[in-house]
Amino acid sequence: MDFSFSEEQTLLRNTIQSFVQDNYDFDRRREIIQSDEGMSKDNWKQLAELGLLGVPFSENDGGLEFGSVETMIVAEEFGKGLVVEPYIQTVVTCGGFLRRASEAQRQEHLPGLISGDEIWAFAYAEPQGRFNLADIKVSAAKNGDEYTLNGDKCVVSAAPWAHKLIVSARTSGDQSDKNGISLFIVDKSSDGISTRDYKTVDGSMASEVSFENVKLNSSSLIGEEGNAYPLIELVADETIAALCAEAIGAMSVLNETTVEYCKTRKQFGQPIGKFQVLQHRMVDMFMQYEQSVSMTYMVNLKLEEEDLERSKAASGAKVQICNAAKFIGQSAVQLHGGMGMTDELNVGHYFKRLSMIETQLGNADHHLKKYSLAS
Amino acid sequence: MDLDFNQEDLDFRNEVKDFIKEFYTQEMKDELARSKNGSASKDLHLKWQKSLYEKGWIAPNWPEEHGGPGFTTTQKYIFETEMAHAGAPRTIPFGLSMVAPVLMEFGTEEQKKKFLPDILSSKVWWCQGYSEPGSGSDLASLQCKAEDKGDHYLVNGTKIWTTLAQHADMIFCLVRTSKTEKPQEGISFLLIDMKSPGIDIRPLITLDQSPAPYQEVNQVFFEDVKVPKENLVGEENKGWTYAKYLLEFERGNSYSPSLYRGIKKLKDIAKDTSIGNDKYLINDIDFVSKLNQCEIEVQALEFVELRIFSALSAGQRVGPESSILKCRGTELQQKIQELSVEAIGYWSSPFVLDTFANINEPSIGPDYAMTITPSYLNGRKTTIYAGSNEIQRNIISKAVLGL
Repeated sequence: MDFSFSEEQTLLRNTIQSFVQDNYDFDRRREIIQSDEGMSKDNWKQLAELGLLGVPFSENDGGLEFGSVETMIVAEEFGKGLVVEPYIQTVVTCGGFLRRASEAQRQEHLPGLISGDEIWAFAYAEPQGRFNLADIKVSAAKNGDEYTLNGDKCVVSAAPWAHKLIVSARTSGDQSDKNGISLFIVDKSSDGISTRDYKTVDGSMASEVSFENVKLNSSSLIGEEGNAYPLIELVADETIAALCAEAIGAMSVLNETTVEYCKTRKQFGQPIGKFQVLQHRMVDMFMQYEQSVSMTYMVNLKLEEEDLERSKAASGAKVQICNAAKFIGQSAVQLHGGMGMTDELNVGHYFKRLSMIETQLGNADHHLKKYSLAS
Repeated sequence: MDLDFNQEDLDFRNEVKDFIKEFYTQEMKDELARSKNGSASKDLHLKWQKSLYEKGWIAPNWPEEHGGPGFTTTQKYIFETEMAHAGAPRTIPFGLSMVAPVLMEFGTEEQKKKFLPDILSSKVWWCQGYSEPGSGSDLASLQCKAEDKGDHYLVNGTKIWTTLAQHADMIFCLVRTSKTEKPQEGISFLLIDMKSPGIDIRPLITLDQSPAPYQEVNQVFFEDVKVPKENLVGEENKGWTYAKYLLEFERGNSYSPSLYRGIKKLKDIAKDTSIGNDKYLINDIDFVSKLNQCEIEVQALEFVELRIFSALSAGQRVGPESSILKCRGTELQQKIQELSVEAIGYWSSPFVLDTFANINEPSIGPDYAMTITPSYLNGRKTTIYAGSNEIQRNIISKAVLGL
């Protein structure tokens, strides 16, 4: 058993840290998220040049062939900088599907993804299904060599920037059957796709996406028709593992900032950090953080386990991260007092990102239920 | 001890309901339902307060001699409950329930005559000058100073977190009039005309990002502002006593009526939120248990409030027990907001820029979802303002438990 990072992994972390340091101070980030584009294409290109968009892909596919620990490192460092560029959406989630796709599909799509020319988004959520990934009304009807896609996906993260979408659709079965779900690669510029793009609370962007008789060639199907659900669960768990890492990055900054603030802010003739009630709150924040780091390591080390074990690990980690995200985010604002309520301090921005991570791919309640059912 | 309403109370309740029906228009409801921070436009507030004024109900807590309605405790309870139940706009508190009680208790006859009628009629809008950048929890360390210049004071300094200062005609300010060993002893309570030369208001944008001119809070700067001597309340250097007196009114409200309203809204959301398989969030026992836990705690607070308020007559202050109400009221409000964000799931994520959420655009997701996340973010202020809840607990431990 060994929890230390290799030299190569430390090097990777340093690379990302200097990227974030050079490109992501608070003011620069503010400019990026307030621009119409909402992200920086330059940053995306730089990430490609650093090879980071190829982290999980095999060398044959043009990637770095790194594992989940490396992805965790990238996501954690991005979390510290509140990076808005859609790394997790494109590389971890859509990349997760693509690296298990056919040879032909990998050859067709991965070069564009790894080079930074194409951004990808996963369209899975539907209003009626809440966090159930199997509750799918969007339909893909087969006709000869073609599928016709119809229906609506909601709050598709990173979709405004995406060139390509991966869409979960029902090819057979009832609305929430785990069987009968298929995954399709869809060019966002296809006829019949309309989107409503918007900013999100945490400075990112998302879209409502409607499909109206969108024609898809059967070559756009990932894996077998109707059997995509296990792959969706797997990639969702990998995404959760990366979100956990992003969250601990954000938590670490909030904790450091809060401790620093309480050491310098004086009231009643002394630093407010001298008051025991605040000390205990910060100690609880710290303990929540340490437990979150541990659960993030745990899930990232268990992604290769068989389905049930992996799924329990992901749900367990997500529960811990959701609870800690809430406690640390709220406490950081509270301890900063009125200043914590302002848009001009970074505290609120970290709090918002952590609040959104709570909901992404299922909140604490959802994963506690899932964990209980798997136990 | 009983909880029953007599016939008079029931008649009064109908009168309140009729009033709301007539004056809380659909237009007002629509605007308020879309507000990210719970405030509406100045016009709406003034219109609403005018109708209450004309009915004689604008200041339920004022004694009759100053224009209060002379409600019994039961009537006050009915009034607040019906208003909250309908989601009626709050009355802006800075004049009516903050500076007014101080003037009644410590002001001169001239001050009462000059200021109270205009507060009652909403002709003059007030704001509160307490906190400063360096003086939050430690309010008594405040630095904004007023120098005696014979017939006037000269005020220099700054106040922060000044709610709706952009609408205000007057500000009541705590100012330093002398440097003493005990900082509390050199503070005075001053009334300042916001149109005085030398006052500058800068908006502070908060987490919900309501843009100016719809910002909720501001920083107010005073540079050589002349304030007539007659605007001093009570005695010079005794302002701390008046400040604390005011704070008990600021904190000592009933919170439960609006908390019940929050729970009702949350239940409606849970009934409308599909969780798949033709089930709704209201069928999810885990979620409903959390909701009911909240409801029980709100009821506990409600009965604390009823016990406290029924022991008081109009114009009386609550005392340090107001800190219990402030702690529990604000923490429950935050809990309800937190559960509301949880309830709307993915719809918590779309960002809405306007304070009055996208009036001209269809909402993303259900329309009630638009204000939920901004309200949650904005609501974090409640355990910070009016003395943080840490300070409230210190007050209870000192003043109530004698620790």
